Amino acid sequence: MSASYLLHLADNALILGQRNAEWCGHGPVLEEDIAMANNSLDLIGQARLLYQRAAELVGHGATEDSLAYFRDVPDFLNYTLLELPHSNALLPTASSERDFATTIVRNFLYSAFMVLVWDKLQKSHDSQLAAIAAKSLKEVRYHLRHARDWLVRMGDGTPESHTRAQNALHHLFSYTQEFWTPSAHETAACQSGMGIDSVSLQADWNAIVDQALQDATLSRPAAGGFVSTGKQAVHSEHLGFVLADMQSLARAHPTATW
Amino acid sequence: MRAPFGQTSDERQALHDRVWALLAPLTDPEIPVITLGELGILREVRDGSEGLEVVITPTYNGCPAMGQIEDDVKAALNAHGIAAQVITQLSPVWTTDWMQPEAKEKLRAYGIAPPHACEAVPSNVVQFAARAPRAPSVACPQCASVNTTETSHFGSTACKAMYKCLDCLEPFDYFKPY
Repeated sequence: MSASYLLHLADNALILGQRNAEWCGHGPVLEEDIAMANNSLDLIGQARLLYQRAAELVGHGATEDSLAYFRDVPDFLNYTLLELPHSNALLPTASSERDFATTIVRNFLYSAFMVLVWDKLQKSHDSQLAAIAAKSLKEVRYHLRHARDWLVRMGDGTPESHTRAQNALHHLFSYTQEFWTPSAHETAACQSGMGIDSVSLQADWNAIVDQALQDATLSRPAAGGFVSTGKQAVHSEHLGFVLADMQSLARAHPTATW
Repeated sequence: MRAPFGQTSDERQALHDRVWALLAPLTDPEIPVITLGELGILREVRDGSEGLEVVITPTYNGCPAMGQIEDDVKAALNAHGIAAQVITQLSPVWTTDWMQPEAKEKLRAYGIAPPHACEAVPSNVVQFAARAPRAPSVACPQCASVNTTETSHFGSTACKAMYKCLDCLEPFDYFKPY
């Protein structure tokens, strides 16, 4: 169970890192292209450390490589939010046009959450996870600052940028319900002292989000309806495409290492 | 008194001192004016259960220079017939606050604005200045003007942001507080 919790954290970092890396070479401006690559570098670095720790707990010869590249869709435990394409709900294919507002809104909603998660995980009873959390907190603060700045710039910008940011919020907001819906592995990790109770972070997250949306002149959509289940390994149709892209190199060259 | 590996503790200490001396000139692969010691990456030389261990700590989690640094440490010791294991240790967490004023001055002379001290804010609070300029301002490493502006939070490496000087118009890197 404790391995599942680490895999959940690692898969979150890896899948969002892979998604954001899709902007590499395609950023709206050079600086943002580089920013997205930096963001991915941090996330993939976090994933690597988390997989290394998870591999120790999984045993049976598991390695960071086998966990990242040789598991399939029904094994991944990331939030559904993080596997969605960079496009709004009306363009829901893996190959559809990338929308920068969707990227920014997702990074904002997620990094506002992870700032709180990593802060609490610094006191994890698993000393290795606590050390990873202390490092990751420093990085996710920069991610949040970056995403929040752009959120305000877009929301309080032109009618076009405002509309795109608002549409992205409407599209993505319901997926954040998954943050507040504990899974069995989260509950177990919380009881063992390795993990945290993410539901307890909801008020702080609301405060960060509401203040940012107010600054950005955006309205908060009502979350409701279907609660996504990615962290319980039941995913949207998009994750398979992400893995096919991400894992192809390792599967073609199975002895390669990081 | 006997120390590990059939040597006296004085002999082990001499070996450790020699290792520190051999590693002292190694620099960061991406910032070749500042040494691993000055950056705080090189943490400890010690005796492990199987021999000599050199302890390093990563800067950013995904910093691609870490592999190179590990290879550089091994190569510097192997060239003098010393075998050591390189151990990566995450805690205590690396911070730019470990950089001494001399190291910061080397960065500035190289054209990189050195990091300010990390903010002493409660760790779950993220502070923003939505429309006000950010303080403290970053001084241009070329002309020392503080009339500078951030062009991007992220730069050529994970540890830097991009700035430009509004007086001498030079773009420059800022080593971010971490």
